[in-house]
Amino acid sequence: MHVYLPIAELSVNWLTLLVIGSGVGFLSGLFGVGGGFLMTPLLIFLGVPAPVAVGTGAAQILASSVSGVLAHWRRQNVDVQMGLALTAGGFVGSALGIWIFTLLRQAGQVDLVIRICFVLFLGGVGGLMLVESARTWFRQATSGVRKRKLHEHNWLHGLPFKLRFRSSKLYISALLPLAVGFAIGILTAIMGVGGGFILVPAMIYILGMPTQMVVGTSLFQTLFVAANVTILQSITNQTVDVMLALLLIVGGVIGAQLGTRFGARLRGEQLRILLAALVLAVGLKLAFDLFTTPDDFYSLAPEGLG
Amino acid sequence: MSVLRTTLLSAIVILLALGSGARAQPLVADLSQHLVAITAGFTGADIVMFGATDGPGDVIIVVTGPPKPTIVRRKGRLAGIWVNRESMLFADAPTFYGVAASKPIDEILAHNQLDRHQIGVDHIRLLPPNPEARRDDIPEFREALVRARQRDGLYGGEPGKVTFLGERLFRARMALPAKVTTGTYRVQMFLVREGQVVTVQTTPLLVSKIGFGADVFDFAHQDSAFYGLIAILMAAAAGWTAAAAFRRI
Repeated sequence: MHVYLPIAELSVNWLTLLVIGSGVGFLSGLFGVGGGFLMTPLLIFLGVPAPVAVGTGAAQILASSVSGVLAHWRRQNVDVQMGLALTAGGFVGSALGIWIFTLLRQAGQVDLVIRICFVLFLGGVGGLMLVESARTWFRQATSGVRKRKLHEHNWLHGLPFKLRFRSSKLYISALLPLAVGFAIGILTAIMGVGGGFILVPAMIYILGMPTQMVVGTSLFQTLFVAANVTILQSITNQTVDVMLALLLIVGGVIGAQLGTRFGARLRGEQLRILLAALVLAVGLKLAFDLFTTPDDFYSLAPEGLG
Repeated sequence: MSVLRTTLLSAIVILLALGSGARAQPLVADLSQHLVAITAGFTGADIVMFGATDGPGDVIIVVTGPPKPTIVRRKGRLAGIWVNRESMLFADAPTFYGVAASKPIDEILAHNQLDRHQIGVDHIRLLPPNPEARRDDIPEFREALVRARQRDGLYGGEPGKVTFLGERLFRARMALPAKVTTGTYRVQMFLVREGQVVTVQTTPLLVSKIGFGADVFDFAHQDSAFYGLIAILMAAAAGWTAAAAFRRI
């Protein structure tokens, strides 16, 4: 049942890959995130070299976001204008990210930086989401449904180049989605994640988008950025393993569809608490690994690579 | 099956060896296969080596994978986190190393002889390209390199057995793990008598990716832009198919 992965250069049981793919797919369908933040660490755990896990992750994210966008498109939950602004920032960000990735690989620090990024972002985002969703749940349980303003006004609304985003009912500076997209683009390239777990909260809290538009638009942006990263990683680092990607995708798309159906039965803040707990758990595990004494202080690398 | 085939082949080898023309050669040997094909289902391979000697003596077989420059990095603690710190480059570290012998190797040859012929994991010549730099911690890095390779099954720890069938006919088996590097391997068979290497026979062994996996690897490295494009199209098509398929259910 083993299959040889030509780019990762190792043999893996293909059933394991299908199970991982569908498990991560289920969670991504359930929470509306790409699931890359789980996929990349799991692949590294399987023995796939970190650079290959990152490069291949981008291809897998592309497939799941195409599948997701089509579903949201039919429900008109995609703000194309906002998505394009995010994508424009994302393209520049991912090109910069690939360049940083190559430098880190040469310096032998790519593994470390990937891990630290995961710990920081998973810990931060997970913690914030947990606090926010718990507060919402608690407030609803005590005082019933309270009418809330669409979003709070702050200094971000004073920025120039204001644009009207009709589907999201927003009038904000075009610099905001460009900057958010740019940051997510860098992360996608370095961490092999679609950035959904950061993008979704950023769109809600920074851009102030209505929640029902967020997931579809985030997937729309992820689609383009993941495609860009896939091709850039192929050209610069040759770290996209199509064999590995295909097996993960097959498992992933099936899992994602099941997850979407299951997710429709849960309440919004319940979903967010579960996602926050999951994100935090992965972050804590990775943080733990950074601080524990390694079994062997030494590691090998072919010359010129990380 | 392979034992039978090997025995038959060995019989032919020994007949040739005993024949008129080959009388002068003290050692005649060959491999069960000269090509190891890494296909989509590759999980490792067993190489059978066999041959005949012209009289009593000990046989040592060394299989060396293509040497590659390899960096060994040492982690150190930086603000509580384990970070790669010092590193050392080894110019010609074999990517695979295996030994088989008819007796424990240090009973067959003296240490200086083992060093000279690089027989045994402790006797492989592993040095940085400029040995002047960091003279003092070379042994630690060298040991780490060997340890890491042994963990992957690439450097055999204990030598394998060369079995004699009668006095002249010998055979040995060596396992190549799934992680082997592609390239030309060198199989050296030493015939030793009274602590001296009488003769060495060197045979190449080609390990190469064959079929789909090889094509994918070459494609990814030679036409990387086009490869990336195909990867994108494949991923997008898979996502679209899934969305279309599940819409109907």
